[in-house]
Amino acid sequence: MTPQLHYVLRLADTNLVLAQRLGEWVGHAPALEEDLGIANVSLDLLGQARLLLAHAGRLEGEGRGEDELAYLREESEYFNLTLVEQPNGDFGDTVVRQFLFDAWQFGLYEALAGSQDATLAAIAAKGIKETAYHLRYSSGWLVRLGDGTPESHARVERSLRELWPFTNELFDDDETDRAVAEEGIGVLPSSLLPAWTARVSETLARATLACPAPARFTWYGKQGRHSEHLGYLLSEMQSLHRAHAGAAW
Amino acid sequence: MSEAQKDWPLYEIFIRAKSGLDHKHVGSLHATDAAMALEHARDLYTRRQEGVSIWAVRSTDIVASDPAESDAFFEPARDKVYRHPTFYDIPDEVKTL
Repeated sequence: MTPQLHYVLRLADTNLVLAQRLGEWVGHAPALEEDLGIANVSLDLLGQARLLLAHAGRLEGEGRGEDELAYLREESEYFNLTLVEQPNGDFGDTVVRQFLFDAWQFGLYEALAGSQDATLAAIAAKGIKETAYHLRYSSGWLVRLGDGTPESHARVERSLRELWPFTNELFDDDETDRAVAEEGIGVLPSSLLPAWTARVSETLARATLACPAPARFTWYGKQGRHSEHLGYLLSEMQSLHRAHAGAAW
Repeated sequence: MSEAQKDWPLYEIFIRAKSGLDHKHVGSLHATDAAMALEHARDLYTRRQEGVSIWAVRSTDIVASDPAESDAFFEPARDKVYRHPTFYDIPDEVKTL
C-alpha cells in the first residue's frame, strides 16, 4: 500500500467510523432537536467519508469502490483514529469526543486545503465549512455542560479525563505521515498540535474545565491496531451488506 | 446558569428565504438559550437550503391577540369596503397592481 493510499484511508475511515457512531444517537438523543443536530453532523462526515473512500479506491486501482471499502474490510484493515471508535457513552461523552475531534479536523482541513493532491485539497476545502459548524455545535455544548450544573460539570469533566488519552494519536507522526508530508500530499500531525491546543484550551476555559495532563500511552488505530470497540461497530455496520451482498437502495 | 430547568423554553423561528424578502414564520422548537435556538433552527429548518437568515424569538415574548376577542378586533373592518383600493380605474398598461 502506498503512503498516499494509506493516508487517504485513514482520513476516510476516521470520518466513516465517527459518522456511524453518531448515527447510533438517532432516535435516542436527549431532545428531538439534538437528534437532528447530531444526525446532520453524522451525515456531513459520512458525505466526506464517501468522497475519500472513492478517492482511495481510485488510488488503489483494483476496482474497489466506496461500498467494497466500507463494507468488506476487516477491523485490522481499518485505519481510523482510536478516538472516534470509542462508544457514545452519555451525551456529555459524545460532546467531548466530538469537540476534541472537531478542533483537530478544523486545523487539519485548513492545512489540507493546500495539498498537492487536488482531490484531497478539494474535499478539505469543502469540508472545512461543515467542520466549522460542527466545532461551533460541540463547543457550545461543552461550555453549556461544563459551565452548567454541578452534576453536568462533574460528568463532562470525567468524560474529558477518559477521552483525553486518545488525543496523543492525533498528533503522532509515523512513517506514512512523514512520507505524505514530504510529498506535500498530507499534513504532518505534529504540526497541528499548537493551534489545536490553543483552540481547545480557550474553549475549556470558557467551560470552566482544566486541560488534563498529557497521557503517556499512544493508541495506533491509524495503523490498524484498535481498541476492543471497533469490531462491534463494524459488525453492525457491515451486517446488511454481508448478509445481502451487493444490496442497493 | 443558576438553576437547572427541566423543560427547555420554546422559541418561534422565522426564516428569510433570500435577501430582499421578509422573514416568515416556519415553526417552533425547544432550546436552552438563544444561541442554541439558532443552531437548532439551522438544523431543523434550513437543511434543504430554505434560508439565508434566521430569527429566533422566545415564544413567551410574543404578544398575541386573543381569539375570544376576535369579534371586537376584526369584525368592525368587515363592512368597510371603502378601505380597499377597489374604486380606482386602473389603466390597461399597468399589469402588476
